[in-house]
Order: sequence, then structure tokens, then C-alpha cells
Amino acid sequence: MKILVCISHVPDTTSKINFAEGDTKFDSNGVQFVINPNDEFGLTRAMWFKEKQGASVDVINVGGPETEPTLRKALAIGADKAIRVNTEAKDGYQVAGELAKVAQDGGYDLVIGGRESIDYNGGMVPGMVAAMMGASFINNCIGLEVDGTSVTATREIDGGKESLSTSFPLVVGGQKGIVEESDLRIPNMRGIMMARQKPLEVVDPSGVAVKTDAVQFEKPAPKGAVKLVDPENLDELISLLHNEAKVI
Amino acid sequence: MSVLVYTETDQGKFKKSAFEVASYGSALAEKMGTNVSAVAFNAGDAATIGAYGVEKVLDVSEGSFENFTAAKYAKAIAAAATRENATIVVIGSSANSKYLAPLLAVELQAGYASNVIALPDDVSNFKVKRNAFTNKAFTYTAISSDVKLIGVSSNSFGVTEKGGSASVESFSPEVATDGVSVEGQDKAAGKVTIADADIVVSGGRGLKGPENWGMVEELAEVLGAATACSKPVSDMGWRPHSEHVGQTGKPVASNLYIAIGISGAIQHLAGINASKVKVVVNTDPEAPFFKAADYGVVGDAFTVIPALIEKLKEFKAAG
Ligand SMILES: Cc1cc2nc3c(=O)[nH]c(=O)nc-3n(C[C@H](O)[C@H](O)[C@H](O)COP(=O)(O)OP(=O)(O)OC[C@H]3O[C@@H](n4cnc5c(N)ncnc54)[C@H](O)[C@@H]3O)c2cc1C
Ligand SMILES: Nc1ncnc2c1ncn2[C@@H]1O[C@H](COP(=O)(O)O)[C@@H](O)[C@H]1O
Repeated sequence: MKILVCISHVPDTTSKINFAEGDTKFDSNGVQFVINPNDEFGLTRAMWFKEKQGASVDVINVGGPETEPTLRKALAIGADKAIRVNTEAKDGYQVAGELAKVAQDGGYDLVIGGRESIDYNGGMVPGMVAAMMGASFINNCIGLEVDGTSVTATREIDGGKESLSTSFPLVVGGQKGIVEESDLRIPNMRGIMMARQKPLEVVDPSGVAVKTDAVQFEKPAPKGAVKLVDPENLDELISLLHNEAKVI
Repeated sequence: MSVLVYTETDQGKFKKSAFEVASYGSALAEKMGTNVSAVAFNAGDAATIGAYGVEKVLDVSEGSFENFTAAKYAKAIAAAATRENATIVVIGSSANSKYLAPLLAVELQAGYASNVIALPDDVSNFKVKRNAFTNKAFTYTAISSDVKLIGVSSNSFGVTEKGGSASVESFSPEVATDGVSVEGQDKAAGKVTIADADIVVSGGRGLKGPENWGMVEELAEVLGAATACSKPVSDMGWRPHSEHVGQTGKPVASNLYIAIGISGAIQHLAGINASKVKVVVNTDPEAPFFKAADYGVVGDAFTVIPALIEKLKEFKAAG
């Protein structure tokens, strides 16, 4: 089984988000970048397949050289090879087009991405990759089992879950649940040393056109102070929610 | 040129999000000086969506569309868009809509903007405002493709009821079978889901153990709310995973979010910040949630919540 895990390089959750050049660019100054959390869950599931069922695991990012430390981290977690498509990631359609080409040319059976990136929250790349490759697609994947070429999976739905069956080639949008948090691996010294020797291929983009562009950014208006209500006077809370906030 | 909206149904009835999507589509069509039609699957009373400005509904109620599968539904919606010569397709933000959206985008070669919260100011220089950075910022996203796909964020645009009814045409698109088949569903029957709820009542580690959730459920029941929880609570198995909200859990965009015994960690807040009004009950006045909330009670949940339930019952009884 050949697995390709898509790695989006995103600001750590706790980072302060700032913009530059008149709020037209994301300001990466002082921002720590990490593997997108949804991708880390998927990568960990891929490692399980490699160790328990025999699989090769490659990781891929569409982005500039600045994403290489994030790819090296994925190698340190245990991936065999990293691929970087050398172009700035501008929108979901473009990124998906580049990923689909590598996935198809490389003959991957299973492509694992995340349900969304925590930066732009597009929630679109894996599904687009599937449609472009003509592969099956499962989103919000919280369980994935492979038996030969047949696949069973669990998807989170509003209010519960759904069990699905499908076959390769397959693209999944993973999230917490595909593995649990306690299964995530922190790269150890040996992993980090080995990652330095592993291949990181830089490939040229095929030049897929963009369809969208985030042209301007804005931060939410600062919030007013909380109104505190005395625990002995909950009628006031009810009155505020009813008369002022109008939500009950 | 026209606008097509995909209005979701659940057990033959339009969902609340369908009214939002229809309201958005009809306001946009008005701005563009064009008309708006809808596509719906198995809508028992398809004409009623007309009350939200839709002129015509393509009703797909053939056997093979009885159950949702993403690829098949995406192809059918794309066929409807082609038939209506739609240049804008508007969908919602449910798990199913977000699942089919990227497939639909490729089918239509459309640029897709998700989590959209407002109409474009100018329809000739098409830019929409959307939530990004997990609710820490907004982007204005320009869409340059001929066909544009817009995913409207739940509970952000609002519902505009105009009255009237839509004409209904039955529509039977030919689409290939889906490569993914549904084997079964496990869904709590009769409960309000977090995605559809106007009010969400959520409990954290401050509630000490699963045996103390009776009061959370009772408060939710009095308010007609869905129940939710913080991540450690579902990790420890106190509550089912489907209740976990936050950055790595389900997103919440309700009118009212009540957090009980939740500290307000950034990853928790990221996922619930799209809610309009936030109330926190916490013993610790320094808990970060107080900085994010609109209303707060510094107090012990074990006395505050039972008292609040009694007061709310009185309030509801007084009507
Ligand atoms: C990558 C990543 C992703 C994450 N994603 C999520 C996510 O999606 N969702 C999420 O929730 N968390 C997430 N977390 C975890 C998050 O950082 C916090 O650890 C978690 O939200 C804390 O849960 P809590 O507020 O229930 O517990 P605690 O932080 O332990 O807070 C309990 C609170 O209860 C109060 N309390 C105690 N007793 C009482 C009482 N009797 N009455 C009233 N209040 C009381 C305390 O004062 C305290 O503020 C994530 C973390 C990481 C690193
Ligand atoms: N630039 C990128 N390179 C590689 N994978 C990506 C990139 N952007 C997004 N992805 C993948 O697509 C998923 C969803 O991203 P998005 O559609 O941007 O929310 C991510 O979790 C990644 O798995």
C-alpha cells in the first residue's frame, strides 16, 4: 500500500494572528509553524498502517522552502520520504491540482489529508484532490481500516457517526478520532537524526491556476467587558439573556 | 446567469440552514438582478422554501437519492446548476454540505469560499467576507472563476421570510453510482444536534465526573439546547466524542453558548467563538473564559446550575 499524507504548514494554535502591508498579507513574524493538527492525526494513522500492515508513507506539501522544517518533522515522526512542490500555496484549487498530479503520477493508493487547515479553514483541498484524481473521498474520517483493497471507514456526521465502505484509490479528510491524541508521537532524538538522511524531493509545480484570492484581512473588533451576575441573583441573568441579548 | 441554492432537508423537511441559504441566495440574486432557484432532495413540501425568496425548486426524489452520499449529491447539484445556467451556487455549512462542497467545486470548476458570513459589497468585483484563522480573523476572498461556490456559515447571515411559495419541478439527473457506500448510521434519535441548535450547553472538567451531567442535560432540556463538552471531558470518556467542541472538535455557531466549568483555553474558544452570546459559569474569576464571554457568573456550578434551572422553569412557565 502506497500512502501519501498531505501536510499543511500552519501557525501554532496559540499564535497571535497579525497582518502586514495594510492588512493585505499574513504577518509570519514571530509565528511558530507546526504540522496542521488534523494532518498529524492522519500521519499517525499512516504510521500505524506502515508498522502493522506494511505500507510506504510519503508526505507532501505545496509551499516555499520555509515549510521544509515542518516536512522534516513529519519525517522524524516516521515518514519515508518528503515531497515539496515548490510554489506558494495560494488557494485550495491550485494546491489540490498540484497534489492530485503528484498523487496520480506516483500511483498512490491512499491519500490522507486533514478535514481543514487551521489557518484559512478552507476545508476543501482533500475533496478537490479526490475529484481531480477520480478517487473516492471520505471526509471527517474518524476511523479507517484496510483489508487488502477493501476499506471500511467511519465518518463523523452531525449528531453521530456513519460507517462506510469503499476501495482504492481513496482520499480521506482526517481529524481527531482517526487516531486518538494519546497515539500522537513526539519525534525523538533518533527520529530527528534519521530524518536528516531521508529524501526531501523538491519538484516543480505544474502551474495550476488559482480561482480565489484572500485580498484583505481584518481582525474582529475588541470585545466589551464581561457583565458579571451575582450567583445569588440569577433572575438578573435570565432577564439579561431575554431582554438585552434576546437569545432566550 | 442565475443563482442556485442547495437547500438541505432532514427526514423530508427543510432544515433551518436551508432557510439561511435560501435567504442569502435570494438577497444575492436581487443584488445581481437575476433569479434564484433551489435544488432539494426528498423535500416533502418543496414549495414552502418559496417563503424565503426562492422562485423555483428542482426536487430530486428518486429512489437512488434517498440517502446522502457526497459524490452522487455533488454531481446532481452540478447538473442542476448547469440546467439553471447558474453562475453562483450557494450551500450551507453542515457536515454533509462541507463534505460535498469540494467535489461540487471541481465538477463546476468553481472557486469555492467556505465559512462566508456576508454578501459581497459589489457583485462585479466579487469579494466575500469569511471567517478564517479559526475565528481569530476574517478574510475578504475574491473569487475569479466564472462559476462561484459559496458556503454560508451557520447562523451568520440570518433568515429573511418574505412569504410566497415556489414552483416545483421534479428533476432526475443521471449520475453514476458513488464509490463510497453507507453501511450504517449511529445517531442519537430525537436530540438537537450541535450543528442545528440555537443554544448549546457545554460542560468542562470543572464538573468533576460523568455522574454530574444530569444538571447539564436538564438545563439543556429546559432551554431546548444541545449538549456539548470540552476536549478532556470526551478524552476521559465522561461524554461521547460527538459532543467534543473546539478547534479539534465540532465547531459551534449558536445564538447562545453556556460554558460550565470550562476554563476557556484558546483551542476551546477557537471552536466556539462564532457563537453570538457566551455565558460562563466558573468558580475561578481569573479563568480566561471571562475575557471571551458576554455574561459571567463567578460561582460553583453545583449550586448555580440547579438554581438556574429552577429560575428558568419559572420564567418559561410565566411565558
Ligand atoms: C492542539 C490542541 C487542540 C485542542 N483542541 C481542543 C478542543 O477542540 N476543545 C477543547 O475543549 N480543548 C482543546 N484542547 C485542550 C485545551 O487546551 C484545554 O486543555 C481544555 O479545553 C481544558 O478543558 P476544561 O476547560 O474542561 O478543563 P480545565 O482547564 O481543567 O478547566 C476546568 C475549569 O473548571 C473550573 N471549575 C472547577 N470546579 C468548578 C465548579 N465547581 N464550578 C464551576 N467551575 C469549576 C475551574 O476553575 C477551571 O477553570 C486542545 C489542546 C491542544 C494542544
Ligand atoms: N499547501 C498544502 N500542502 C499540502 N497539503 C495541504 C496544503 N494545504 C492544505 N493541505 C491539505 O488539505 C487539508 C485541508 O486544507 P484546507 O482545504 O486548506 O482547509 C489540510 O489538512 C492538508 O492535509
